[in-house]
Amino acid sequence: MRKSKLSHFLVFMLPAVIVIGVFVVYPCVRTTLLSFFDENGHFTLRNYAEVLKSRDTINSDGITRGEFPLGTLLHNAIWIAIHLPLTIFIGLIAAVILRKTWGGNLLKTFIFFGMVMPMIVGGVMINFMFDENVGIVNAFLRLFGMPSKTWTAHPETALFSLILGSVWLWTGFSMTLYSAGLETIPKDYYEAASIDGAGPFVQFFKITIPLLKPITVVVATMTLLWDLKIFDIVYVATQGGPGGASNVLALQMYNYAFIEFNYGKAAVVAVLLTMFTLIAAIPLIKTAGEE
Amino acid sequence: MKKGKIAVNVFGWILGLVWLIPFMGVFMTAIRPMDELLNGWWNLSSFHPNLRNFAQAWNHPTAPLSRGIPNSLIVAIFATIFPILIATMAGYYLARYTFPLKKLAYITVVITLALPSQMVAIPLYEMLLKLNLLDSYVGLILLHTAWGTPWITFFMRNFYTTLPPEIEEAARIDGAGDFRIFYKIVFPLSLPAIASAAALQFTWVWSSFFFELITIYTPEKLLATQRIPLMRGVYHVDWGILSAAAIMVMMVPIAVYLLLQKYYVRGMIGWSMK
Repeated sequence: MRKSKLSHFLVFMLPAVIVIGVFVVYPCVRTTLLSFFDENGHFTLRNYAEVLKSRDTINSDGITRGEFPLGTLLHNAIWIAIHLPLTIFIGLIAAVILRKTWGGNLLKTFIFFGMVMPMIVGGVMINFMFDENVGIVNAFLRLFGMPSKTWTAHPETALFSLILGSVWLWTGFSMTLYSAGLETIPKDYYEAASIDGAGPFVQFFKITIPLLKPITVVVATMTLLWDLKIFDIVYVATQGGPGGASNVLALQMYNYAFIEFNYGKAAVVAVLLTMFTLIAAIPLIKTAGEE
Repeated sequence: MKKGKIAVNVFGWILGLVWLIPFMGVFMTAIRPMDELLNGWWNLSSFHPNLRNFAQAWNHPTAPLSRGIPNSLIVAIFATIFPILIATMAGYYLARYTFPLKKLAYITVVITLALPSQMVAIPLYEMLLKLNLLDSYVGLILLHTAWGTPWITFFMRNFYTTLPPEIEEAARIDGAGDFRIFYKIVFPLSLPAIASAAALQFTWVWSSFFFELITIYTPEKLLATQRIPLMRGVYHVDWGILSAAAIMVMMVPIAVYLLLQKYYVRGMIGWSMK
């Protein structure tokens, strides 16, 4: 470590400080201020009250009747509750199984394509899979004599089909990190365990899962952030509909700001969303602070 | 033992097919005429593959990809070069020098990684409007530069902490100045890490949609990702054209991934882990 002279700071660091300051830090401060002040510059909590009481955010009617829309806050929560465990689980299983499957690398490549493609295309893929006529999901269900429909177009299934589609898109992420992690586990651990008579399942739970725990923390953090920020998929596949049944926080903010031009309410949604992402990023920030 | 192996293979392929079949479906839908799709793309009773859907998506009357793809390339190339130049230097500085408020600077970078674009959308929109940079690629490239700089800084800083400083010390003893050491010795040594960062930043900018949605609105200027929702039609979906467009737009990041697989995966692991 060398002590910095001013000239070092000016050359190496100043460009980054300027772009981050002007285009990231300043806008964050400004959005926060927008959420707390009205047009005349007076402090107010009205924007917060309006957003939190709005049916867009929490729809008490929907909740009591058990029908969508339930409100963006709940939609994002449901998204996390389903998507987070499923991607972690399927990604881990895929990493372990495909390592020993003939042609496994090819299959892994295709699974990974899901997260390489633009999420706008991902939304089209979801539409395509769940479509009444061309969709493979309906073709599969018809084999079992179930009626077919366009899943993304009905309020009771729109959100769930988006979530399942997003599992399909994002599993490649956890699979790739777990695959890299598996390479670091020494083979002798498994050999020693087999000699002691441990079967493949015991080995999986006693060796693989504990040793991959640091990766699981990273995967969970990144997936949580991805779930909270979800926007493109919903925008292209359902526009948050029908009737708000698949709306999410990020899209709600966009609609308030750029369709209704209500900056105050939009800023509130942005601040709430950011609070959630910062909570999700605590493990990340903690490791950074320790250095 | 043998039985276990067969079971693993069968299970692995069933799992893999969940991903293979939809990709096959999009491909089949894109290369077949509409009337052959009425009974499903998997029905092969009549099969006349052609590239008409690709041509129609390329020359689409309202949202031609012949304009969208070059537009996206221009933006993605510049929005990759600029943040990499800025962030390589900042990452090096964070790794090698001590200065007041260093910890704060580092934590700001990490927090930025977690921010949703929605948090900065309104002020950036107003700012670009005032600077007359709305609906301009200059403005859009600026936004992507700012948004890419923090994570690349973080990534490059992590790379430089693993680079032994002895080489630099030796050069210093030989009388080279700090800036000369950076661009003569350190920068060339960081090319593999830069390749990783570039592969990721390029595909992310290519795939980006939200900033484009709020800043670019003239039809000719629309980026490739913005044209996909426009191609869908309101009352009925032309799956042939839409599939062909989807394939063309996803081919670019997929090609980057396939060509730079090693760097891409390394970048992704480095982006999320130390």
